Amino acid sequence: MPAQESRAHAGRQRTRADRPARPRVGVAKLTSCDGCQLTLLDLEDHLLDIVDAFEIVEFPEATSNRSSGPYDVLLVEGSVSTPDQAEWIGELRRRAGLLVTIGACATAGGIQALRNWGNEPAWRASVYPRPDLLETLPTSTAVSDHVAVDAELRGCPIDPHQLLELLAALRTGRRPQLPDESVCLACKRRGTVCVVVAEGIPCLGPVTQTGCGAICPAYGRGCYACFGPHEQANVESLAGWFRQHGVDDASAARLFAGFTAYAPPFRSEAESATRTAHRQEDPSHA
Amino acid sequence: MHESTGAGPGLVVPPGPDGEIRYEVSELTRVEGEGSLNLVVRGGEVVTAQLAIFEAPRYFEQLVVGRTPDEVIDIVARICGICPVAYQMSAVHAFEDLFGVAIDPAVRTLRRLLYCGEWIESHALHIYLLHASDFLGYPSAIEMAADHRELVAQGLRLKRLGNRLIEVLGGRAIHPVSVRVGGFSRAPGRRALEALLPDLEAAIPEAQATLDWVATLVPPDYVREPQLLALRHPEEYAYNHGRIVSNDGIDLAPGEWGTAFREEQVAWSHALQARSHSGGVYLLGPSARVTLSSETLHPLAAEGLARTGQAEMIRRNVFSSIVARGVELLHAIAEARDIVADYREPEVPRASWTPRPGIAAWATEAPRGLLFHRYELDEQGLIRHAQIVPPTSQNQGAIERDLAGFAPSIISLPHEEATHRFEQLIRSYDPCISCATHFLDLRVDREDEAAP
Repeated sequence: MPAQESRAHAGRQRTRADRPARPRVGVAKLTSCDGCQLTLLDLEDHLLDIVDAFEIVEFPEATSNRSSGPYDVLLVEGSVSTPDQAEWIGELRRRAGLLVTIGACATAGGIQALRNWGNEPAWRASVYPRPDLLETLPTSTAVSDHVAVDAELRGCPIDPHQLLELLAALRTGRRPQLPDESVCLACKRRGTVCVVVAEGIPCLGPVTQTGCGAICPAYGRGCYACFGPHEQANVESLAGWFRQHGVDDASAARLFAGFTAYAPPFRSEAESATRTAHRQEDPSHA
Repeated sequence: MHESTGAGPGLVVPPGPDGEIRYEVSELTRVEGEGSLNLVVRGGEVVTAQLAIFEAPRYFEQLVVGRTPDEVIDIVARICGICPVAYQMSAVHAFEDLFGVAIDPAVRTLRRLLYCGEWIESHALHIYLLHASDFLGYPSAIEMAADHRELVAQGLRLKRLGNRLIEVLGGRAIHPVSVRVGGFSRAPGRRALEALLPDLEAAIPEAQATLDWVATLVPPDYVREPQLLALRHPEEYAYNHGRIVSNDGIDLAPGEWGTAFREEQVAWSHALQARSHSGGVYLLGPSARVTLSSETLHPLAAEGLARTGQAEMIRRNVFSSIVARGVELLHAIAEARDIVADYREPEVPRASWTPRPGIAAWATEAPRGLLFHRYELDEQGLIRHAQIVPPTSQNQGAIERDLAGFAPSIISLPHEEATHRFEQLIRSYDPCISCATHFLDLRVDREDEAAP
């Protein structure tokens, strides 16, 4: 520990009483990989300012200080996939002024929502020798299927710039500006040559909401819909285009059966993929 | 994190109906964390020390069934937001080994750079934001920053550098998109990487200072002689190539993990636990790697390690893992600097390949330890069966053994302090149980007196 550092910092110290009231923020987690809440810690250049602007009262990944609320803002990561979580999210809703879901798990059920086509009991039995020791739901669903949600950040994972925009909007009491256009528009803006036109790579960009900055085409591959369907997504039309251009049905279906598979416009296209893939594994499954 | 599965794992029946287990997993799910500890003390003896992981299962081994190898890479990344690269790379190497893909040497180097990025990001996160506050007596880095702002800022700078490396290579820091079987969907241009060189140069003294600082932190006095396991390579500090070796004679190809180890389910955890076939537990991660591979550390890291004089403590005291992480942080930054300085773009960023049926298996080193994948592929090159063994499920047995070993010297302390020590012990492993930190709800159940 450099000694001069403590002295240098002494001038910056403020007592709690000096501070204007800061919004009380909580971060909660359901079924997920932790990547979206990690995005908060990944705002490295802004993190120390963020903890000055907000009072982080609950964030188990980062602090041993705990608070059961109330929270002015609660960020919720993860999908609802156990009976306890289904109960718990209602409790969290009661404790939160604003409840914001972050990431594809919380906003669409996540990749684990592929169990929703009726595979869960068989999957559990295939992974665990004693499936009875686990309490799980047969489905993995979005938080908004259970409680009212005030705002959402899409993505698998969420985009750090969008998180920063949300926090800035919360601090100043305005609506966050989050684009609802397709990845295609972001690609044009970025100047990326279309991977579909130039290379014939199947891409979900036309039906996917941007927010990531159209990363995948810029890195030479097709979009795989981390941010879920954009508002006017014409999924059927794109699926038809895939077929016309030689993408077999199974491959096309697997494209939709991704990280936002259970978002309604993708759901029906994804369905055939999950049925085909697991018919062999689970003979009882119709 | 995370469920894992194995081919035919056995089942450990919980200790009998004599009341030794007082707390069931279903009750503990009401605490807001994802794991908990059950410790039962009877007459001063620890009779039960259990780490319960109740992170909800997501069935990844089933999610990848019917998928192509490249789809698997995208899916398994989502097992862990903190170490997605290791998940992607264990899968990539398994498939490439089965398909016999020849990789451009420049791609091989870029992959090392990707690992450097993940190790820098993960180790800086753990040292500065998760672990140091234990030693300095703060509930979190937030409070620590109030007193030591520049120190935390330094940690954040180092962490950001790791993330920027992953972003340049893979488009974003979490769940990067460019890793494909055969290489990268797009390799970075020379200028994009060179732009990072000044920050890499500046980070080396900061990483050296980090190592010197963590070496001053005083670990609790608890030493033992653990079985250590890690990937080792004769010419490079092993991330993704080499052999699985231990300090007691294990020596396996990276696809042969299953010949020496198995997984079993225990009643108190959603993660399957891994054990050697003889039932032994072993320790993975930075302490194991630094001990087993010290001769291939970057010269700057080897010099830093020597300066700490703590090689023996790193091997024997799990609390000194923060020093091992400091050594590896310096190693990864120094190696990243060297790679970027000498970078040439690969001629073939992505080698072509043809799928074939068979078994694809490989192990690489996630920041917190060895990560093993095994896939069976059918005639179409689609996944028929998968087994993923994360480091934390392998470390679980060692954690529980250490809890029991550490407990006798701790249980006489006031309850709150004992709780803190146990929690710190578990955190020393950098467990990736999602909610990887501060997740512990300790109940010391003294059977011979009223429970606290």
